[in-house]
Amino acid sequence: MLETRERIWNSYINTIRKRNRFSQFTASILVNSLYEMKNYPVVLVNTVLSPISFLLLIVFVSHGSLVGEAVEGGFIMSMFGAGTSLQADLSHLKNDFKLQDMVVSSPTSWITYVSGMAISELVYSLPALIVLGVLSVYFVHLSAVGLVSFIAVLMLVFATSMAIGYTFATFSTDIVQSFAFSRLISTLFSTIPPVYYPITYIPLPYRYLAYLSPTTYAAQLAQYEGGYIQLSPEMVLVSWVVLASVTAVLFLIAGSKARWREK
Amino acid sequence: MGSAMIMAGRLMGALDASMLTCDRLSKTYSAGTREALSSVSYSVPASGTFVLIGRNGSGKTTLIRILATELEPTSGRASFDGLDVMRDAVRLREKIAIVPQEARTVPWMTPMQTVSSYLLWRGFGYSEARHRAADALDSLGMKVYMDRLNRTLSGGMKRKVLVAAVLSSDAEIIFLDEPTTGLDPVSRREFWELMREIEKERFTFLTTHYLEEAEALGDRIGMLESGRLVRMGTLEDLRHSVRYSYSVVIPAGQKQPVLRVGDGEVMRGSYGSRILTGEEEAFRISRDLIKDGIRFSINPVSLDDIFFYLVNREGIEYAGNQGADLEQLHQHYKEEE
Repeated sequence: MLETRERIWNSYINTIRKRNRFSQFTASILVNSLYEMKNYPVVLVNTVLSPISFLLLIVFVSHGSLVGEAVEGGFIMSMFGAGTSLQADLSHLKNDFKLQDMVVSSPTSWITYVSGMAISELVYSLPALIVLGVLSVYFVHLSAVGLVSFIAVLMLVFATSMAIGYTFATFSTDIVQSFAFSRLISTLFSTIPPVYYPITYIPLPYRYLAYLSPTTYAAQLAQYEGGYIQLSPEMVLVSWVVLASVTAVLFLIAGSKARWREK
Repeated sequence: MGSAMIMAGRLMGALDASMLTCDRLSKTYSAGTREALSSVSYSVPASGTFVLIGRNGSGKTTLIRILATELEPTSGRASFDGLDVMRDAVRLREKIAIVPQEARTVPWMTPMQTVSSYLLWRGFGYSEARHRAADALDSLGMKVYMDRLNRTLSGGMKRKVLVAAVLSSDAEIIFLDEPTTGLDPVSRREFWELMREIEKERFTFLTTHYLEEAEALGDRIGMLESGRLVRMGTLEDLRHSVRYSYSVVIPAGQKQPVLRVGDGEVMRGSYGSRILTGEEEAFRISRDLIKDGIRFSINPVSLDDIFFYLVNREGIEYAGNQGADLEQLHQHYKEEE
């Protein structure tokens, strides 16, 4: 009888308990970045190396003339890489550990879970962003308006990559497929497009292909704000519109196609 | 405070009638043509432990995933305490927790980090999550391991970490999908002890293909075969569904005798022969077998016997099957053992 009363009371408490949304959000960040960084510090080196390696390559090949563009490109690649990592991490936690299944059957909503996971990718990129931030103090010169625009561009790239990452993650069923998607996204959107150097370095017929990637518009806007290239006001407007539209469309696709509860 | 007590009182009335109900629940995966679940209907009081048994591919995981709001059914309804798994999923998720069949601990985290993170996802504050996690791990004998990396733990300990996560939560229903698969016999029995503690406070819904586990833990047992609920009830109810009281098993690997069984049922397969019959007949057969020097075992009818008997009979009723499945079943369980 005592046990029954206790159960009933617990159930009542359960009904009126206020769930801490911040805790739910924080859990994703802890699991997907902070605990990994704390328990396996070697991953910190890895997160720095990826964007910096391309930067160094471009700087050496251009004899230092493209250092500003390369630092900006490093920021864009870090932001886009966060989405690629999100795809791999969501898929890994869902398919290999079944952790997402445990979260689905809990009071956490998909939006809280995915937002936390997205921010965790930013946290994971912090070492690289700090190194790039220090380099940008010396090599990138932005006005106050330029800095705001640059941050806005980075946020849009981040949002775009998150939408791509989340959508792909819901369709990947195992780790091999997940890595295949990761590499594909990374190559198509951050390695091939002119992110670390101006688009004018690409021969004309191929430039049209480069414009199929949203990261091309992001890099173009960043280079324009840094004073590395000249763009007409119409081209600036077109770049913003394309970048914002692609982000919005990808979010709509992610919202409609991605699955929290499986069918 | 007064209104809180009134609400608690109402809740008391509601909980008295807490039932887990499935109504013609069916599931067909889009990629396949076979129904994973076929019109499953039942209603059980949400207390103690309900064990769902069935062989691999019988639909256990599909059913538990639908009930845990992870998977949409193709048709039919399921509800707990009046909350529908589809319509009221958000409210239901406040009350449920699951350890999926193939769940694994994240290797780069410690048990403390694993359990407390799960509690954060359930909406507890950081310090309460840490306290609850420490208590749960301590109660499972994991105190000394709580700050070691999961990858350094044994399989049984990793399982305990996941069970600690749901145990430390405030969930009223805990779903455990084949929680002891892969555990050694000692760890399995330790887990049973743990389950007996959990069921005092929560309703536990457990799937297994270990029949002795169902016998040891289940207040109520459901038998699932090919997506159909073959039988459900207490162990006593299931015993009564077989009118025989004794089971004589003659293992393979020796000459199988020609049996003359007065009142009983003989089932044969690659495992040997299994005879279900009454006490007097069982002892008469035993005497004959001793006389002929044939090895055998005689036991009161167990859940194994009931399961094979019912599944075989239902198989015949459903598909005109003449017992081929039974042989597969025996082979399957022999391999499991």
